[in-house]
Amino acid sequence: MSASLTLLVLASVLFAVGLYVMMERNLTRILLGFLLVGNGVNIFIFLMSGRPGSAPITPDSGDAAGLADPVPQVFILTAIVINFGITAFLLALIYRSWWLAQLGEDGDTVLSDQDEDDEDSAQVFEQAHDDDEAIQEALDASDDDDDTPATSTPPHPTDAASVPEAGDRP
Amino acid sequence: MTWLVPLVVILPLLGAAATLVVSRNRRLQILLSVGMLTIVTLVSIALLVIVDAGGTLAVQVGGWAAPWGITLVVDRLSAIMLVISALMLLGVLVYSVGQGIADGDQETPLSIFHPSYLVLAAGLFNVFIAGDLFNLYVGFEMLLAASYVLLTLGSTGVRIRAGTTYIIVSLVSSVFFLGAIALVYGATGTVNLAQLSERLGELPGDVQLLLHAALLIGFAVKAAVYPVSFWLPDSYPTAPAPVTAVFAGLLTKVGVYAILRTETLLFPGGQLSQVLLWVALLTLLVGILGAVAQADIKRLLSFTLVSHIGYMIFGIALASLSGLTATVFYVVHHITVQTTLFLVTGLIERIGGTTSINRLAGLLKAAPLISILFFIPALNLGGIPPFSGFIGKVGLFLAGSEQGGWLVWVVIAAGAVTSLLTLYALMRVWNMVFWRGKSELEGYTSPMLESLQETDEATIGKVQSTTPRLMVGTTIVMVCLTVSLTFCAGPLMDLAGRAAADLLDPSSYLTAVLGGGNG
Repeated sequence: MSASLTLLVLASVLFAVGLYVMMERNLTRILLGFLLVGNGVNIFIFLMSGRPGSAPITPDSGDAAGLADPVPQVFILTAIVINFGITAFLLALIYRSWWLAQLGEDGDTVLSDQDEDDEDSAQVFEQAHDDDEAIQEALDASDDDDDTPATSTPPHPTDAASVPEAGDRP
Repeated sequence: MTWLVPLVVILPLLGAAATLVVSRNRRLQILLSVGMLTIVTLVSIALLVIVDAGGTLAVQVGGWAAPWGITLVVDRLSAIMLVISALMLLGVLVYSVGQGIADGDQETPLSIFHPSYLVLAAGLFNVFIAGDLFNLYVGFEMLLAASYVLLTLGSTGVRIRAGTTYIIVSLVSSVFFLGAIALVYGATGTVNLAQLSERLGELPGDVQLLLHAALLIGFAVKAAVYPVSFWLPDSYPTAPAPVTAVFAGLLTKVGVYAILRTETLLFPGGQLSQVLLWVALLTLLVGILGAVAQADIKRLLSFTLVSHIGYMIFGIALASLSGLTATVFYVVHHITVQTTLFLVTGLIERIGGTTSINRLAGLLKAAPLISILFFIPALNLGGIPPFSGFIGKVGLFLAGSEQGGWLVWVVIAAGAVTSLLTLYALMRVWNMVFWRGKSELEGYTSPMLESLQETDEATIGKVQSTTPRLMVGTTIVMVCLTVSLTFCAGPLMDLAGRAAADLLDPSSYLTAVLGGGNG
């Protein structure tokens, strides 16, 4: 079996660098190391397919001479797909652990849907309450000062602070 | 009847897809996954009957002939593993459904839990029926990817931390395994197990040794044997109880199964059996010494899990008929007992609110049923006669004494010590958690104990009635299963003997895969 020296060197370098990077305590680096090592192994499998040849599509005569070995290519394709899936999962894991690191103690309090709904509706009520207040104050202001039409100081729903200003003007 | 073979992989995968589609409808999801696993259990029992009567079944997927296509093989060992793991998966699934219904799915969010659980099952079954190394790798990856999801379920801080260790160790071992496959292919030009078993023997000794060691290292990490076992006790205990139970029972046995195949089909002749004996010795002792030092039931059980893998490695290293017979029997026994113990621990955690033995007391009075459920498998694991643990260990020791040699005797002695220490560790749990009165506990009160103190002595068994019936019921069934292993030990040992004979004489395997004369 003949093997390409370039590919062999490439595979070993990928392997060495990947393992070195994986030694770090940083999850992102571990992911990078895993990718490097995974590619190194893929090239290693490719090396095992022996001498290169033409595309492995056998003619009807069944003459297989001079064709590349298709089996390692199948392995590599499968391994790439698996690595892809695992990488996606690791990225999610890294994101989650970063998130936990940012939040500290609060990171573990996972809100259920019920809690989130409650929180949302509480916020909506609060806003609605603010709006009512603002409208009420705007109406009061317009009562105090008949010259100013109520429409000229439209109560801003989110910025209640602007309304007392209108009321203070007279 | 070969059409039954692929079903064990296809059905769980279809089930996984279906449960994902109907993830909004929890009832339907539960129905689907329980139904699928029930069918798979029936199929594997049918396979066991067929294979035991009529010999090894082989399926060439897609009609591609053996060395090129994907081959699925079911021999007696595969069939035994299929049946026992399908039973365990089904039992634990029902338990987790019970827990999910009771807890409002806090611990096991159903929408992800069921699909990943079924993918895990499909991966497991795929490993057991894989007829070539690469399919074995794919099966491993399927079950590992699913196990990553299950282990980090809910992604709380603790689980992410534990999961990270597990995932990285698994990734590295998978890469090693893939590299080993590349080496094997480079040396022999095939990955078909049957063809490998013919070609590997023709290779020069040093190449054989390299391939042998490369494969074993990959599998050893998965089986958690001594030098590469330290990831296990750190990662298993944090997962939800049903997940831990499945992992403890089945995932390590997948590694043991792969080692068993490697040692019998690929590299017969026990080239590395001295190494394996040393590994078995150290696994037994280091594991059990770790268990003795633990104060948390889940961690303690994880360490006994590591330790008892040593028994199986010991049987494999003996490579004799009696040794392999006892190993197959021990694998079956250990899968059921370890799974059951973790399920009972889940019940203890529900009642006591913790699994630390320093913080639990008086459970015997509060929950007598659960005490019994813990006591029986605990004695079984410790190897008290007449339970199956005793039978398995005696089988292994007898097989070792036939072989002789100082190292074998040392391992037998270590096995006996391990058995005693297992008993010691589990009885410590029994004394602290169940036996001692709640008054002996100082400085900590669990919710259970508070409720006991309020109502005092009058309500024995009140706490127990608050645990979901489905969980307790499943656990009772599992405990009955472990006990039934003892009653069926004779037929089971015979079956294991036939499986071991198949392993030692791979001719039926080769004929089934490669066909009559063209091998």
